[in-house]
Amino acid sequence: MTTKIKKFVQSPGLSSFFASVASIGIGLIFGYILLAFINPSMSFYGLGKILFAGASSAEKISKVLYQAAPLMLTGLSVGFAFKTGLFNIGATGQYTVGAFFALYAGIVLKMPWWAALLAAMLGGMIWGAFPGVCKALFNVNEVITSIMFNWIGLFAVNLTLSNIPKILDKISANRTVNLAAANKSAIIPKWGLDKLFGSPYMNISILITAAVAIIIFIVLNKTTFGYELKACGYNRNASIYAGINAKRNIVLSMVISGGLAGIGGGIYYLSGTAQFLVIKSLLNMGFNGIPVALLATSNPVGIIFSSLFISYIQVGGEAMQPQFSPEIINIIISVIIYLSAFSMLLKGLINRILTRQNARKEKEKVLHSSAGNRGDGIVTDAAISNKSESEGVTK
Amino acid sequence: MIILADIMSATVIFAIPLLVVALGGMFSERSGTINIALEGIMIVGALFSCLYLVSADKSGFGAVHPILAMFIAILVAGLAGIIFSLFLALASVSLKADQTIGGTALNMFAPAFAIVLTWAIQGQGQTTIIIPTWVRITQSAFGLTPGKDPNFFETFIFKNFYLTTPVVLVLLAITVFVIYKTKFGLRLRACGEHPQAADSVGINVYALRYIGVAISGFLGGIGGLAFTIAAGSGFQSTVAGYGFFALAVMIFGNWKPMRIFGAALFFALFKVIGSYSASIPFLPSFSGIKNSDYIYTMLPYIVTMLVLVFTSKKSRAPKAEGIPYDKSTR
Repeated sequence: MTTKIKKFVQSPGLSSFFASVASIGIGLIFGYILLAFINPSMSFYGLGKILFAGASSAEKISKVLYQAAPLMLTGLSVGFAFKTGLFNIGATGQYTVGAFFALYAGIVLKMPWWAALLAAMLGGMIWGAFPGVCKALFNVNEVITSIMFNWIGLFAVNLTLSNIPKILDKISANRTVNLAAANKSAIIPKWGLDKLFGSPYMNISILITAAVAIIIFIVLNKTTFGYELKACGYNRNASIYAGINAKRNIVLSMVISGGLAGIGGGIYYLSGTAQFLVIKSLLNMGFNGIPVALLATSNPVGIIFSSLFISYIQVGGEAMQPQFSPEIINIIISVIIYLSAFSMLLKGLINRILTRQNARKEKEKVLHSSAGNRGDGIVTDAAISNKSESEGVTK
Repeated sequence: MIILADIMSATVIFAIPLLVVALGGMFSERSGTINIALEGIMIVGALFSCLYLVSADKSGFGAVHPILAMFIAILVAGLAGIIFSLFLALASVSLKADQTIGGTALNMFAPAFAIVLTWAIQGQGQTTIIIPTWVRITQSAFGLTPGKDPNFFETFIFKNFYLTTPVVLVLLAITVFVIYKTKFGLRLRACGEHPQAADSVGINVYALRYIGVAISGFLGGIGGLAFTIAAGSGFQSTVAGYGFFALAVMIFGNWKPMRIFGAALFFALFKVIGSYSASIPFLPSFSGIKNSDYIYTMLPYIVTMLVLVFTSKKSRAPKAEGIPYDKSTR
């Protein structure tokens, strides 16, 4: 029984959970200090809004869930790429292209919502394939490529949208037409959830995305394919030596990663409550996937919770207007990520302390049984610290 | 002809921030630290230097001594950049954290911090800091009187003449000298190629990496000010992806200062063609397509991609970049 508890306490999942909670706590304290610095008399009001506004009413809760769904998918997109050793900073471009494909399928081709979502996935996959191919065949850094394709994607979508009059709103030509008027079947079904929560924002998208997260978890952790992808991330040369086609895997993981971000774009704009705007700046939803993934150390199940958390404090941030600017939330999130960069260090430290204690106990045991083997403690120490390292995010 | 001078002048003013930021990235990467936080560093540098310029304008000092005030603003930008970049150095050199994660956090922090601070200083919704007009150097500063119709030469030199341009060109010359002709430059490069070997001959790898990142902070901060001036509409808590663009310039420039200079001019030219497309007579106008200017706006990004794909075989990054140095692995 005690060994079971000990195993649980030492499990890398638990220590990374504690490390994330600690970073969140410090991030919130930092946010509070900032609030007190800007406007001391209102600082408690602001903090209260950040912490509790997201749960203050059924409408706010449905807003949290509504925004968490696309965030979860862009987080999964970034996290999946992290797991396979790639940094997909291009989720926002793939998200934009996915949104365009979904709207084209829904409005112009009159497809039902699930087909439009598949179209969104296809769009994201195509946009993710470019950085993957550039990395695999030409060895161009995927960070630079995906940033370039973010902008190319945005401008290409804007250009195409401007030239399809059918898809644009009749009154203001810089946005897409209202989905309810164009094709009702393309709206993601609500299953009565909107009535239950009393908010038009509520639909089944959060259930779809959570299912996607679990599928990704199974693919990464329970299949040979997922093992190969992760192996390429940990050590490309070793996996080539083991007979894995690394080039194919790089392209595939970028394609899957892009597909996830693409569904994110589809799910947001097929809700029927958002219209795509033709603007010249990149959408933040894709970039916010990065903190979601980092906070969950790229674990797909963890991403379900981290996306809910980030969406929750973002709704809180919007509620503190006009006393405070909602960008304070971004500051808090960035502090949390900065600290989570050390979380591996913190985890290693926790593990080292635990294993040192164990090693000492073991040594005592060994001494008692008078068959001393000094190497024992060192071996377990090294084995466990290796384990904790391989659990973390790899670049 | 005047339009040609216009384009050349705009190319230079847009190339300057790319050049100085890419040089900053080069210092950091040559010492072995990937500096993905350049975007954030630029924003912080621009924020504090613009705040200084506004205060100099209010006190009247700026209007009397414009060049001196601008020089101080450049130093303020560099100093703010150094302080901000030390957070990256702390995470990625001392604490051996993942360099891209620390950089991403700083990139997210900077624009949010800039918006919150300008909101707090200037009042709600007032998030643009307007740069005073005296920062532009005019003919009268050299005792010349501007003519009625500026000729080719006058347009090229004085249309967009700011103190940042000569300062950055001097910094380029200093960079070439420091990297290739000094003991410090050799040691810095050694830390990025083979830190274990550098350490074995008594070089403090940690200290040199800190200095490398700090120099990139200094140059990145100045680049932020240079960008805000080039953009022309004041500071709006963004540098429009120029930090990442500068990283592409650095890679295209193969981590070598003079090539980076060429690459910066090349990219700036395409950027300017993108924004001047309507007024350049010989470009096709795509009259059948709505919002066809997006085609030209896309151009610099597509050209960047093509160039990177075709030059990637020859590109040679510092060997040890991105890997935190651990003394025990020597």
